[in-house]
Amino acid sequence: MSLLPLEFETDAPADAIQAPIIVLEKVGKRFLTKAGEYEAFADFDLTIREGEFVCLLGPSGCGKTSLLRILAGLDSHNSGVLRIREPKGDKPFMSVVFQENSIFPWLSVRDNVAYGLRSRQAASAMVDQRVDQLLETVGLTGFQRLYPHQLSGGMKQRVSIARAFANDPQLLLMDEPFSALDEQNRSLLQEELLRIWSLSGKTVLFITHSIDEALFLGDRVVVMGGRPGHVMADISVPFPRPRQQYALKASPAYGALVAEVAELIRLAMQVSRA
Amino acid sequence: MDKETLTEIPALADIGQAELRRRRLERMLTVASPFLVLFAWELVVRAGMLDSRIFPAPSMIGETFERLLLSGELMAHLSISLLRIGAGFLIGAIPGVLLGTAMGLSPLLRAIVAPIVASLYPIPKIAIFPMVMALCGIGELSKYMLVGIAVFFFMVINTYTGVASLDRIFWDVGRSFRVSRMRRLLTIALPGALPMIAAGVRLSLGVSLLVLVSAEFVGAKSGIGYLVWNSWQIFDVEAMYVGIVVIGALGWIFFAGIDELERRFLPWATANRH
Repeated sequence: MSLLPLEFETDAPADAIQAPIIVLEKVGKRFLTKAGEYEAFADFDLTIREGEFVCLLGPSGCGKTSLLRILAGLDSHNSGVLRIREPKGDKPFMSVVFQENSIFPWLSVRDNVAYGLRSRQAASAMVDQRVDQLLETVGLTGFQRLYPHQLSGGMKQRVSIARAFANDPQLLLMDEPFSALDEQNRSLLQEELLRIWSLSGKTVLFITHSIDEALFLGDRVVVMGGRPGHVMADISVPFPRPRQQYALKASPAYGALVAEVAELIRLAMQVSRA
Repeated sequence: MDKETLTEIPALADIGQAELRRRRLERMLTVASPFLVLFAWELVVRAGMLDSRIFPAPSMIGETFERLLLSGELMAHLSISLLRIGAGFLIGAIPGVLLGTAMGLSPLLRAIVAPIVASLYPIPKIAIFPMVMALCGIGELSKYMLVGIAVFFFMVINTYTGVASLDRIFWDVGRSFRVSRMRRLLTIALPGALPMIAAGVRLSLGVSLLVLVSAEFVGAKSGIGYLVWNSWQIFDVEAMYVGIVVIGALGWIFFAGIDELERRFLPWATANRH
């Protein structure tokens, strides 16, 4: 089964109600710290449907990363109900792209991208084919024998993205993957990400604290804020795809939406500070 | 001072030539200086200003070196010492790396074992040599064991430090890919700890040379340490110096060898050094 179809699928499944693949109902997370109990987030409701690109937007410290870790299986929630749709066969439920550099320094680009697949003991011919495809999609074919210490920050994140996609998961979790990059690289990678996403048909939950990034990338923007963190708004992004950075920013509708979301974030931060 | 006139700051013709010349001179001096010292030593002894019974001239040491080499004596002592170091290294390194890895992965084990290691490790190994000889006899085994004990401590400490201080994120990657514990150990813990383990090997080789030579002073009838000690006892001062020089050369070869191996097999770890 080819991960990336050769034809570009142009129409978004706008009207069809896709099946949910992850449902959170009143989910909460608390930590025990030296200062006592700390509630990261509470009463969190969220449904993500197949094929959606959902951006989780919120200020620092609102619990976004804790939430992602729970969805990634690295932590557990303490209250509420979390339901996921088990993937068929050998496919993993999710893959993560982390904020910091997370690719293994001791493996080449190629071996890094293949890591998840090789761990599942996938057939080596299939692994090679998929790795080749992904390297080409992220534009790293010529660099596949290099090691991370020879790459720039942007290239390392591309490897991280390729590795996550290579694993063919049901859900892609991305934790501010571009926040450590300079603005030019950031714009470039956002566009590349959208391109890979549209070719692959995967579901993405993308965490960010940048309003521009959330509105450019997402079908939906879930605004999270307050202390403890909770859903403040769930906004449907009306702009049609494929989206262009500069055209989008020039449209008045975009400006209005940014203002609305910015106000929400400001409110969220005020509550946090209280 | 006339406020209207501007003072000229002159341009400099030198774009780095002086610096380049200085660096070249430094390199030449680094290479030449040991030879200059030897040359000066030779002159001082020939002039009778140093007692050649305690500080023989380099030329005399060279003659003795040739004699010992041609008679096969030097090689015999050298190979025995190298064998002792090699065997001791294996005896100490294998359990050391195994225990160190286990300690690195299990905080509980570390809590129990680390204090014991920390309190035993500073004991000078030559001080326990009589005890080792009492247990293992006065033959080769006691030398292997003494070197092995010294190596063991360095390898345990460096291995568990390497495993335990591995960036959390690499573990997160492994867990998010649902990689099994054994696979995480082999594909994340060991490669990640390899730079620290290599540093442990370097320290171990240095210390094993030290420990072995001193053991050969008092408890052996062969080996480089024996050559040094015995030569002094029979006032063959030149032979003693030959032994000392060989020990120094061995130490240098060990270090340079490990450096080269690191550069070859761990380019990603050595990339940001010097």
